[in-house]
Amino acid sequence: MDFLRPACWSEALEAKANHPDATPVAGGTDVMVELNFDHRRPETLLDLTRIEQLREWSRTERDGVASVRIGAGVPYSRLIDELGTSLPGLAMASRTVGSPQIRNRGTLGGNLASASPAGDGHPPLLASNAEIELESVRGSRTIPIGEFFTGVKRTAMAPDELVAAVHVPVSTGPQQFSKIGTRNAMVIAVCTFAIALWPDRRGVGTGLGSAAPTPRPATEAEAFLAAALTDADQWDDPRPLPDSITERFGELVAHAAAPIDDVRGTAGYRTHALRVLARRTLSWAWDEYRGDTEFSGRQRCA
Amino acid sequence: MRLKLNVNGRDMTADDVWEGESLLYVLRERLGLPGSKNACEQGECGSCTVYLDRVPVCACLVAAGQAQDREVGTVEGLADEEELAPVQRAFIDEGAVQCGFCTPGLLVAADDLVNRVPDPSDAEIREALAGNLCRCTGYEKIMAAVRTAAERNAGTGISESTGGDRE
Ligand SMILES: Cc1cc2nc3c(=O)[nH]c(=O)nc-3n(C[C@H](O)[C@H](O)[C@H](O)COP(=O)(O)OP(=O)(O)OC[C@H]3O[C@@H](n4cnc5c(N)ncnc54)[C@H](O)[C@@H]3O)c2cc1C
Ligand code: FES
Ligand code: FES
Repeated sequence: MDFLRPACWSEALEAKANHPDATPVAGGTDVMVELNFDHRRPETLLDLTRIEQLREWSRTERDGVASVRIGAGVPYSRLIDELGTSLPGLAMASRTVGSPQIRNRGTLGGNLASASPAGDGHPPLLASNAEIELESVRGSRTIPIGEFFTGVKRTAMAPDELVAAVHVPVSTGPQQFSKIGTRNAMVIAVCTFAIALWPDRRGVGTGLGSAAPTPRPATEAEAFLAAALTDADQWDDPRPLPDSITERFGELVAHAAAPIDDVRGTAGYRTHALRVLARRTLSWAWDEYRGDTEFSGRQRCA
Repeated sequence: MRLKLNVNGRDMTADDVWEGESLLYVLRERLGLPGSKNACEQGECGSCTVYLDRVPVCACLVAAGQAQDREVGTVEGLADEEELAPVQRAFIDEGAVQCGFCTPGLLVAADDLVNRVPDPSDAEIREALAGNLCRCTGYEKIMAAVRTAAERNAGTGISESTGGDRE
């Protein structure tokens, strides 16, 4: 086995171009488990932890939208500590990942490239219409997160490409994330749901995890809720949401799922749970939007 | 490959390291430091917790080559020549050790907490130790030990606060 240790980004891209089969290793929290159990025996490991650039984040503007560009190698613990205010949904999801040791090491780039249907980073990124910046020696391209996942553990990355960064619009309204698992720490999600309200553009974003072969948004539910809020003039004059709206939203979210039966839960349970998570997270987000101080800013766990 | 790293303040070299092995294997089998324990090799139990550049991580999930030129701190490095670290003393005083298998990893995780957070709440202690499993104690004595270590630390003014929202 070869161990490549590029010191900078251009060297890493060169290395990936010369060894398209090389397995990149960032936090190692997915890769090392596979190596330790002999599930994977790559010819070449490509260590990305020496590349400072991957561990940086910065504020940018994309098409007039204030965003954060997060280097692929920023670990969860820093997303929580440093970006909790700008990207609350992503920070909430990050808090549910593994344990402190895992969050100190695991990265968003690794979560994306692993493309597990249960990756906790994915739903909040979907709810924010994040974009993934991929790069190779051939150049750089940025694709919407919705086009990144192409199947279970499959992505749109070419063999010579690496994830450089993720671009996430700064929140303009409440965001929530909820995860179902058997305990608080160290669980792979049975299912997850993320919601983001975007009052500036009168939009709603959603993301479902562990609910289909790939993480996906509930597009119909988003359109329904955004229209319902606009029709009732709720954005400017927020009042309690009628049950009919939260119910319908939950139904449409459940409808967007295509879950399977597995060891963690049945498809029927997942569909039911998603409906509940969707209603709950919507009501938390809406309470926060209405400035109900009793509810705002409190972190919950479903 | 040859691996050079600093462990507990000493520069060390390991030869014939296989590229795919873990830092945990290097510590235990090549550097004669069996304090960090190997139980699950998948990040679930925390018994292999070490400091890597001062951050607690699972040594079983660090590729050996990733530790090149890095600083590693293991349970063997917590005490100085004279005295046990406050967390070690507190684990003994509170009876937080039974079979002891989980102890080295818990000590590193607890050491990190009490040095980072001056007066941790029970919720903060539980959260900080959420990645460390213990099959013997039922955790109550461990909680008591961490509270005691934190109090003693506060008494000596050793602890320093980092963290917080740095935006
Ligand atoms: C005990 C435990 C608990 C966990 N709990 C959770 C959880 O609750 N939620 C969750 O979502 N995940 C969880 N995971 C999985 C894992 O921690 C995450 O998926 C993490 O984000 C992976 O990041 P990493 O940097 O460690 O990836 P690595 O293991 O280093 O890499 C993962 C994959 O991504 C590739 N890769 C890494 N970086 C790049 C890059 N920049 N460009 C291209 N390819 C790249 C690697 O080649 C590999 O295929 C857990 C893992 C463990 C061991
Ligand atoms: S041996 Fe590393 S976490 Fe269990
Ligand atoms: S004392 Fe035996 S596992 Fe903790």
